[in-house]
Amino acid sequence: MHELSIAESIVDIVRQHVAPDRLCAVRSVGVKVGAYSGVVPDSLEFSYQAITSGTPLAQSMLALECIPFVVRCRQCSRESANADGIILCSACGSFDTIILSGRELQMKEIELEDMAPEHVHPEQP
Amino acid sequence: MSVLTIERKVLEKNDDVARINRGVFAANGLFVVNLVSSPGSGKTSVLEQTVGYFGSSLHVAVIEGDCHTDLDAQRIAKFNIPVVQIVTNGGCHLDAKLVNDALPAFDLSLADLLVIENVGNLVCPANYDLGEAMKVVIVSTTEGDDKPLKYPGMFHNSSVLIVNKMDLAPYVNSNPDVIKANALKINPALKIFETSCTTNQGIPEWCEWLRSQTKKYAV
Ligand SMILES: Nc1nc2c(ncn2[C@@H]2O[C@H](COP(=O)(O)OP(=O)(O)O)[C@@H](O)[C@H]2O)c(=O)[nH]1
Ligand SMILES: [Mg+2]
Ligand SMILES: [Zn+2]
Repeated sequence: MHELSIAESIVDIVRQHVAPDRLCAVRSVGVKVGAYSGVVPDSLEFSYQAITSGTPLAQSMLALECIPFVVRCRQCSRESANADGIILCSACGSFDTIILSGRELQMKEIELEDMAPEHVHPEQP
Repeated sequence: MSVLTIERKVLEKNDDVARINRGVFAANGLFVVNLVSSPGSGKTSVLEQTVGYFGSSLHVAVIEGDCHTDLDAQRIAKFNIPVVQIVTNGGCHLDAKLVNDALPAFDLSLADLLVIENVGNLVCPANYDLGEAMKVVIVSTTEGDDKPLKYPGMFHNSSVLIVNKMDLAPYVNSNPDVIKANALKINPALKIFETSCTTNQGIPEWCEWLRSQTKKYAV
């Protein structure tokens, strides 16, 4: 269950980018999760809900973009998307490949609701 | 709606501390191995054999990671070498900060090799760089020959595979060649050793290879 500590890292990064009084406007947090990043998407979503409930981020949700595992062959330069995480080239059978994607665990974006007009210039009457 | 674009690794904070650890290890000429496996594959046993093999010919220090108890540290402490136990209180992996916190307990300049035994788990530790030079993954013959295919992430990230409990292979219908072939499908660059902690098979080869690596890192 390292998804819990990964969810905590995500919340930390959100807090570094969004002012405390704007946290309640966060609607979604986009994260790229590779098929072989070692992270279970469902359990990451569950962990995020668990640690944000009762906080200003309670209204936000994780938007996970699952990235397939893709290798490029160094022999025939074709690409294979291998659901099983094996680095085999499905075109020519070579194992001499480089991993193009599927290992990432990367922040993408934070979506916020626009400020209500009375909040835009709080110093004005 | 407004959108903030953020191109950052989720675990960059861990990676930052791992980089600091790596700097400390380099400054002390220390070769550092992160030992990972499922629970019970034989991490502590291989470590006992390794420390026993070296005797006083190589200075080994050990960090033990476990969810609960310091039983593994007690096993290693019998060899009179520096060992620190990190108890994660249920946490399923070590992270760079936990390792960094443990470092002041050692005089690293006296050590040639630091082995970090991670928490028994083939999934989570793959994500957390500790600052090690390489990950060494252990699979034992009793776990099913398809283990590497089920946990490719860890095999992608490791540089060395130890196939342990070779003595048991005939009794559990294991074919170590299949384990090796499956692991190489995931990562053809793996350096592979076959060991048994009961017969001592493969332990000298593994230890001499470790010794040769420590020379590369010594200052
Ligand atoms: N027969 C046999 N048993 C082993 C071998 N290596 C470890 N064991 C046993 O496997 C069990 C788990 O070993 P341990 O080193 O504690 O595993 P760890 O959880 O990975 O640290 C213990 O009962 C060991 O005695 C081996 O090579 N052969
Ligand atoms: Mg152990
Ligand atoms: Zn090819």
